[in-house]
Amino acid sequence: MQKSLKTTLVAAAVGALLATSVSAEEEKVLNVYNWSDYIAEDTIANFEKETGIKVNYDVFDSNEVLEAKLLAGGSGYDIVVPSGSFMERQIQAGIFRKLDKDKLKNYGNLDKTILEGVSLHDPGNEHAIPYMWGTTGFGYNVKKVEEIMPGAPVDSWDLMFNPDVVAKFKDCGVTFLDAPTEALSNVLGYLGRDPNSNEKEDLAAFEEHMLKIRPYIKYFHSSQNINDLANGEICVAMGWSGDMLIARDRADEAEQGVEIAYTIPKEGAVIWFDMMAIPSDAPHPENAHKFLDYIMEPQVVADISNYVFYANANTAATEYVEGEVKEDPGIYPSDEVKAKLFPDLAEDPKFTRQLTRSWTRIKTGQ
Amino acid sequence: MSRKAYITLGDRITAATDLVSQSSWWGQIQTWVEVLLTRLGLRGQGLVVAIPYLWLLLFFLIPFAFVLKISLAEAVIARPPYTALIEWTEDAFIDIKLNIANYLFLLQDDLYWKAYLNSVKVALISTAVCLFIGYPMAYSMARANPAWRNVLLMLVILPFWTSFLLRVYAWIGILKNNGVINNILLAFGIIDEPIVMMQTNFAVYVGIVYSYLPFMILPLYANLERLDNTLLEAAADLGCRPIKAFFSITLPLSIPGIIAGSLLVFIPAVGEFVIPALLGGPDTLMIGRVLWDEFFANRDWPVASAVAIAILLLLIIPIMVFQRFQAKEAEAGTA
Repeated sequence: MQKSLKTTLVAAAVGALLATSVSAEEEKVLNVYNWSDYIAEDTIANFEKETGIKVNYDVFDSNEVLEAKLLAGGSGYDIVVPSGSFMERQIQAGIFRKLDKDKLKNYGNLDKTILEGVSLHDPGNEHAIPYMWGTTGFGYNVKKVEEIMPGAPVDSWDLMFNPDVVAKFKDCGVTFLDAPTEALSNVLGYLGRDPNSNEKEDLAAFEEHMLKIRPYIKYFHSSQNINDLANGEICVAMGWSGDMLIARDRADEAEQGVEIAYTIPKEGAVIWFDMMAIPSDAPHPENAHKFLDYIMEPQVVADISNYVFYANANTAATEYVEGEVKEDPGIYPSDEVKAKLFPDLAEDPKFTRQLTRSWTRIKTGQ
Repeated sequence: MSRKAYITLGDRITAATDLVSQSSWWGQIQTWVEVLLTRLGLRGQGLVVAIPYLWLLLFFLIPFAFVLKISLAEAVIARPPYTALIEWTEDAFIDIKLNIANYLFLLQDDLYWKAYLNSVKVALISTAVCLFIGYPMAYSMARANPAWRNVLLMLVILPFWTSFLLRVYAWIGILKNNGVINNILLAFGIIDEPIVMMQTNFAVYVGIVYSYLPFMILPLYANLERLDNTLLEAAADLGCRPIKAFFSITLPLSIPGIIAGSLLVFIPAVGEFVIPALLGGPDTLMIGRVLWDEFFANRDWPVASAVAIAILLLLIIPIMVFQRFQAKEAEAGTA
């Protein structure tokens, strides 16, 4: 009897040991959820080759869709890429796990100034690493704008926000992003107010100004502007830097004589950061840390920037970024321009509701 | 000792299963199920009717209950982003919190009401246009040579083989400023400036009518095809002109088809989101878009759910009233 008890205990202990060692060794799988067209063609394949981890790569095209999945829970993703202001709220909702920085040996490569900027969204940079960043300015059709208004203020928000100027481009097509927070920040900045205000008075000023230029706006959409700009369907579009540069390239490829340029207006514009984070219910957090560390390798992230035309947040990578990308002021703006950029911080839920309501009024007149 | 007992038990199980299979255990299960169903009052016809009810329960009532539950909660910054309806308190009480503020909120702001009315307007006009186009199509299909009917029917169904989303996208290519229509009109010199069709209400109507037309044609066709031809022959024999025969015989007899087709078009068109989002302009205010804003922009799942429930009730009540009215008509007809 005693003997058999001992055997059972030993067997149990061995079993427990086996069990723990099995759970410590994660299965070699990683589920990544990233923006569409937001990684180099060979990044995932190279990571798989180097680590032997099989990556399931899935894409989304709006922060809202990602957020809905994260809030519902049990998404099964190990790596997600929300933008800063969205991540800020998601951190409050307890969506992400804290990073284990001991496992991220390349963390020191990250740009200190950008980390500081990002810490406005994520105090102490505890939950995420900056992946790419960009600005919200405007893209325009160089020839048509010059034809309609010689000497047009193409370096300034006047082109879009000054009612007298934007009226001239109505027939040619002026479009806005369907992104109320970014429109709000840019317009408030233009009006000389605090871009991240949560005050009713500033919201009223924003709405009043938007209604002045509303008659000249063709549509509010966040991705259609790429093709429409490239095809010459529209003239001036508020847009994200990388998208506007994609429009520029598509216009060049089409050889229809359309020439697109991107401007970070001199009055300042929204700077945004896309962040890589690990959901708290991620099934493979170990592998996720390996992936984050891989992305922070200078050559790897430089290759991505060279492919997607967005600036990365990695100081050590800059030397590997091609001149064409690095010297483009639309992608890597000068320090002088950078100083005028402002982040798009998350609003409180009450203000969000007021802003959405105001945005609907601006768009529909209701 | 224990080992010996184990074997015996196992043997017994094997023996038992053998016994069951020998004595046609399948038949036994069938008997049990039958007994159960009889107790529930489901036999023969009742069983056949139970299947759609089960379907309704699984895919309509249960999801509806979830949405109803969320609509009575409060929005919070958490996962999930709403409060729990039922909570176990520490002293083992069940704490049920029902928050009707979301419904009251819908009444405070006329946005929801206006968006709903506008959706109903768009859906009504689209349904009328679908009926206007669909009726002649269904009529000529039903009158066509039987060999042709199947081909025509096939042609109506054929567009479903392509993704709905792709077909709506295709309309962008047709309607836009440098799209197919404008390019042809410009090339023939009929117009000098492209006609703006995209991002207008016109494009929304085109999209809805195009997408839902088959849902109008199919029930109408099914109805018209069964129409008794001898009635028309009799009318002709008695000297009735074809036009009059159509309005006094065909049209009244096809009313059930018209109603079925109209409901199939009207109901989904009211809640339509994709078509106005892709083809409509920024000023196309529809309830589907308002719901999207509540859910995604405001992250207010409870208010979004309240909007969804409100739409459902506003749609179901007229349909039920209508059905009751119809049933009464039918009774009056037979009596």
